[in-house]
Amino acid sequence: MRYLPLTAADRQAMLAAIGVPSIETLFADVPQAARLDGLVDLPRAQGELEVERALAAMAAKNLVAGAVPSFVGAGVYRHHVPASVDHLIQRGEFLTSYTPYQPEISQGTLQMLFEFQTQIALLMGMEVANASMYDGATACAEAVMMANRVTQRKKAILSGGLHPHYREVTRTHARFVGFQAKLAEPDPEAREDLASQIDGATSCVVVQSPGAFGHVRDYSALAEACHKAGALLIVVVTEAVSLGAVKSPGAMGADIVAGEGQSLGNALNFGGPHLGLFATRERYVRQMPGRLVGETVDADGRRGWVLTLSTREQHIRREKATSNICTNSGLCALAASIHLALLGEAGFTRLAALNHAKAVALAERLASVPGVSLVNDTFFNEFTVRLPKPAAGVVERLARKKILAGVPASRLYPGKPTLKNLLLVAATETTTEADMSAFATALAQVLS
Amino acid sequence: MSDWSQAVSQFRGDGKASPTVSGNRGLQIEEPLLFEQDAPGRTGVDLPEPPAVKSRLGGVTREGPIGLPGLSEPQVVRHYTRLSQKNYAIDTGIYPLGSCTMKHNPRLNERVARLAGFADVHPLQPVSTVQGALELMDTLAHWLKTLTGMPAVALSPGAGAHGELCGMMCIRAALEARGEKRTRVLVPESAHGTNPATAAACGFAVDPIPANAEGRVDLVALKAKLGPDVAALMLTNPNTCGLFEREIREIADAVHAAGAFFYCDGANFNAIVGRVRPADLGIDVMHINLHKTFSTPHGGGGPGSGPVVLAESLAEFAPTPWVVHGAKGFELLERAQGAARRSIGRLKGNHGQMGMFVRALAFMMSHGSDGLRQVAEDAVLSANYLLARLKGELTPAFPGTCMHEVLFDDRFLRDTGVTTLDFAKAMIDEGYHPMTMYFPLVVHGALLMEPTESESRDSLDAFIAVLRALAKRAKGGEAEYFHGCPRLAPRRRLDETLAARKPVLRWQPPRTDRQAAD
Amino acid sequence: MTLKYSKDHEWVRIDGAAAVVGISDYAQTQLGDVVYVEVPEVGRKLEQGKEAAVVESVKAASEVYAPISGEVTAVNAELAGEPGRVNADPMGEGWFFKMTVAKPKELEALMDEAQYKAYVEGLG
Repeated sequence: MRYLPLTAADRQAMLAAIGVPSIETLFADVPQAARLDGLVDLPRAQGELEVERALAAMAAKNLVAGAVPSFVGAGVYRHHVPASVDHLIQRGEFLTSYTPYQPEISQGTLQMLFEFQTQIALLMGMEVANASMYDGATACAEAVMMANRVTQRKKAILSGGLHPHYREVTRTHARFVGFQAKLAEPDPEAREDLASQIDGATSCVVVQSPGAFGHVRDYSALAEACHKAGALLIVVVTEAVSLGAVKSPGAMGADIVAGEGQSLGNALNFGGPHLGLFATRERYVRQMPGRLVGETVDADGRRGWVLTLSTREQHIRREKATSNICTNSGLCALAASIHLALLGEAGFTRLAALNHAKAVALAERLASVPGVSLVNDTFFNEFTVRLPKPAAGVVERLARKKILAGVPASRLYPGKPTLKNLLLVAATETTTEADMSAFATALAQVLS
Repeated sequence: MSDWSQAVSQFRGDGKASPTVSGNRGLQIEEPLLFEQDAPGRTGVDLPEPPAVKSRLGGVTREGPIGLPGLSEPQVVRHYTRLSQKNYAIDTGIYPLGSCTMKHNPRLNERVARLAGFADVHPLQPVSTVQGALELMDTLAHWLKTLTGMPAVALSPGAGAHGELCGMMCIRAALEARGEKRTRVLVPESAHGTNPATAAACGFAVDPIPANAEGRVDLVALKAKLGPDVAALMLTNPNTCGLFEREIREIADAVHAAGAFFYCDGANFNAIVGRVRPADLGIDVMHINLHKTFSTPHGGGGPGSGPVVLAESLAEFAPTPWVVHGAKGFELLERAQGAARRSIGRLKGNHGQMGMFVRALAFMMSHGSDGLRQVAEDAVLSANYLLARLKGELTPAFPGTCMHEVLFDDRFLRDTGVTTLDFAKAMIDEGYHPMTMYFPLVVHGALLMEPTESESRDSLDAFIAVLRALAKRAKGGEAEYFHGCPRLAPRRRLDETLAARKPVLRWQPPRTDRQAAD
Repeated sequence: MTLKYSKDHEWVRIDGAAAVVGISDYAQTQLGDVVYVEVPEVGRKLEQGKEAAVVESVKAASEVYAPISGEVTAVNAELAGEPGRVNADPMGEGWFFKMTVAKPKELEALMDEAQYKAYVEGLG
């Protein structure tokens, strides 16, 4: 078998060196009743060709987003990833390396993560960022738990403009970790008033920028209202590219930022692995979950990097850790970092401007389809349209015409019939004139 | 103007490190940070000029520059290539890290994960357009259930620790459904830190169980601690000392008799995959690290994937989404409704680490039932080979044979002036990543080695020879040599105290630049 | 002035109704370089044997337990910027906090200098 280097002769010699007659002796501690004499009921070993064929057959049953006009967003965005990114992350020294616990032989990973932490802090307008979390939704839940620790309070208010997956994950944690998460009603028109709901028991208010329905809002006043009551403002960013154009969470007064970095350097991947982002103020750094890379010097006085403030983490603090997180999203962080390195200031701001311009053009096209109205006054690269009939059926019919028309609100809010005619539509720099035309035309047909 | 020359000068340090002018040493290049190579306006991505449109941002726009540095593509490629050359990796050598299972990462897995039909598919496309993706998840689920003998599996947890959280939340949900309030969780002293951290995160009090003289759970102590307030036992098997818990059936029976659940940490599944089904050992729930047993790459710290297999008593509480067979093909139950109405809810955005599912399934299919059984055998054989050939020079922590990993303690270094840490740093100069050190906590100065099935005999023999020679060196009074290690790695020992006392967690522009900007 | 030690390696120096608390030289050696100290807030009421502070080195975080019961009256603000004082002068400049002595009888359960020295030697 191609991945197993030991030969029959090797095994014999090794058994002899160990001084046991057979491999079975080494499994002697396993209770007799639990020992499998034969093979489990699964197919036997296969060569690369066979495995590739079998998996390619499964892959062929999926409609590839890049092969058709695609307008699906809702927290996962299809951007063009430059060719260098995928080549660089597949270098064996990045792909197959371990967590950098031995810093002397992990400076590649550590320097990269230090640069990543800096890039994310800059994008978010915050003082310090960590070396990544699993994804945006879990980062959001962790942000709320951190706010609870910092304020010593247990009541979180979650905006109706926060992505429903993020709300649900936070609610699951609330139930089992032991805090309250008050979920405001889904807010497609961005009309909610959260400030009036804050009281002396509130640990944090969680909002999203841009919101789940696309709205762009300045949360500075809300930040002040939070701080006045001794609560923290958590701003969630699900589309990292928006930070090239929209006011940063830090500039709005956010205390903690949780986000999703998939838009940078990472493919759609059917939802995973993605990239959780986490940033906060320096004074809260010891309450942050996740790994942190810090700068230092070595025995010869040369600059280098190490994992630091590790006593927050599970492998040291055990039951008193800030989080149980161990593995993060390192390789996805590398991909994002490389993409940002390639873009630079000029490229990143231009990319954001392009995304916005595409969305503005698309919104105009769709709003001119009879029966379709644009819900948003503001948006970045994703907005909500109201259709004259349930959006889920429309999306299904358009899918049969090979157009991925966006996400029906009913997919994300199945228990809210008042939202069923709403459709979330995203555009990115990959969206073409032809795509928009095809969409508008097909939509008109389906609605007539 | 870039800070190149200033940045590079930092690498010369005090001059002792390198006889060269640049600070570089042959192929080892001292590479400044991206921020130190900035040229305003420069970019490595050509994008068209955005058309002028009426802004719909409502005036909520970015104030001032972000501060990202501008580099061209050649510079970026060189930057990351140089960084990669400072890393150790499985592709370069053995990682004998206990309980990490650092095995070879097959490149077939990378190829299939990048098939457009998996990589370029959005999780929220209509379910009718992603039947192949759901089929893959269902197939992976089948392999995991068959290998473990368990009836159900939750695929969404993002890593092992996340899987532990999932399992403990399901246990709490099951207890609540029974109307019981149990607040204590028993955890062996040898457990990985994520176990007590997870239990505490779920609101349980952690009660440690000691190990006996043979490195296994003290069954008498365990039984004494069991009671009506115990929710669960969290056990790793084989345990973190590399030993199979012989009394596991008695342990399971005792735990169940007390009305508690048996959580198994599956980090060490590599020792028994294809030879033992955890269900037959009496477990109720177990997370599996796809990035360990099933070879998905560690990527410098992540991403991982931690699906959780569940017994019937816990299956209904599994987090959403569930992949189920419906009338029209595969369906996704994304809410706690209908069949999933007792689910604990969502634990992660979207559906799970699909990219890792593809890689893990490719690994499983490549090995098959016969290959996977051989994996466990070779893993156990290799660890025992290390034990047999090293026990003359190093001191095994426990008598007898081991499973897929072998534990030594620092008695062999007694009175040498060389610590486990010093020994490990010397290994670096020899071209090896050190084994796991100072874990588990149950022995002094622990050295835990897991070779995995991926090492050839030549590789193992070379490794053994170096360790034996280093041990002899330590006992031969060369403590000074060890204290100065490593000397040949890209960096010498780094000042972790300084890093923790004065945390510098991001690059800042040099003072003069900032003053000029003010 | 009385100097007493707890079995968890805290020392307490009593001067009438005021006490100063820190960790012993043995403790700081075991910990290694101290990187951070989390001290209690002034006014907090402490119970003998219960957690009062946290001391962190690079590789470990240890609870510091109150050797006696009382109320915190002052904390060593210098430790924030110079946690190394705990290593350099654990019995003096490395003090953690000052407190009142709520129950003088509790001192009887603690060890004096000679007893503590013997205790540490016994730990081997």
